[in-house]
Amino acid sequence: MFDLTGKSALVTGASGGIGASIARALFSRGAKVGLSGTRIEPLEELAAELGEGAHVLPCNLSDPDAVKELPKRATEAMGSVDILVNNAGITRDNLFMRMSDEEWQAVLDVNLTAAMRLSRGVLRGMMKARWGRIINVTSVVGATGNPGQGNYAAAKAGLVGMSKSLAYEVASRGITVNCIAPGFIETAMTDKLTDEQKARILAQIPAGRMGRPDEIGAAAVYLASEEAGYVTGATLHVNGGMAMI
Amino acid sequence: MSDIADRVRKIVVEHLGVEEDKVVDSASFIDDLGADSLDTVELVMAFEEEFGIEIPDDAAETIQTFGDAVKFITEATS
Repeated sequence: MFDLTGKSALVTGASGGIGASIARALFSRGAKVGLSGTRIEPLEELAAELGEGAHVLPCNLSDPDAVKELPKRATEAMGSVDILVNNAGITRDNLFMRMSDEEWQAVLDVNLTAAMRLSRGVLRGMMKARWGRIINVTSVVGATGNPGQGNYAAAKAGLVGMSKSLAYEVASRGITVNCIAPGFIETAMTDKLTDEQKARILAQIPAGRMGRPDEIGAAAVYLASEEAGYVTGATLHVNGGMAMI
Repeated sequence: MSDIADRVRKIVVEHLGVEEDKVVDSASFIDDLGADSLDTVELVMAFEEEFGIEIPDDAAETIQTFGDAVKFITEATS
């Protein structure tokens, strides 16, 4: 089950905790992986850890030209892109009334628009192959909202609507488009929270703990697999029961 | 011209799974040959590859029938 031998996966935001875990998990099932991100050092460390079949593909997702080139570079490096994981995300939190246009736009550009452009870029190859997996990493806050994250929640909710629309269009071609919506996961992003903030968050999580990045990786393996071929337009919530939606 | 028409017809027959004699100049991909809108996008992609040309989106929209496709490709490759 869940064998990805012969598949090639492009993972954005692979320098972060969740992205690296997704890349590791896909690689462990036999996929070649293209590791994209802005910080080259962690990408190279991960590629060295994984070994042959891991390719470092740095890309600044706020640069439209670089985004356009990324699927081509990934195809050159790996032969194809069968699995695209749009995982990269940034935050520019601010109270709504104080949020600048720049804060809004930066988050929408990277978290939503880049995902659209990359999906568009890999579709031609997937259509010809009559097989493809697009996995968009959203967030529980895309469904629930979160104070201070109007931009982030908008982008993440936007990914869900985009995924469903695209899922309709390409389902007959063997291409699935799904979302993974993590809750609170132990990463550099949540390390920054104070103990008080963490206690408040944990009180809302029935599982009584934060999630681990490898639990998101496992969800990605499932959605990327042959076995998940009948799952499309879905959002897989991985949040310890924090929001049962 | 006939060579181009034959190559286009072959792509259409293969892609849409229709009888060769149905693929006449006036045959509309969508209305007569059973294509959906995504099929027309794929046909255009296949034409681009077969003939080594680029068909911009606004031009692709004007290609509704087999005859349209042959005419466009003939002009684009001449």
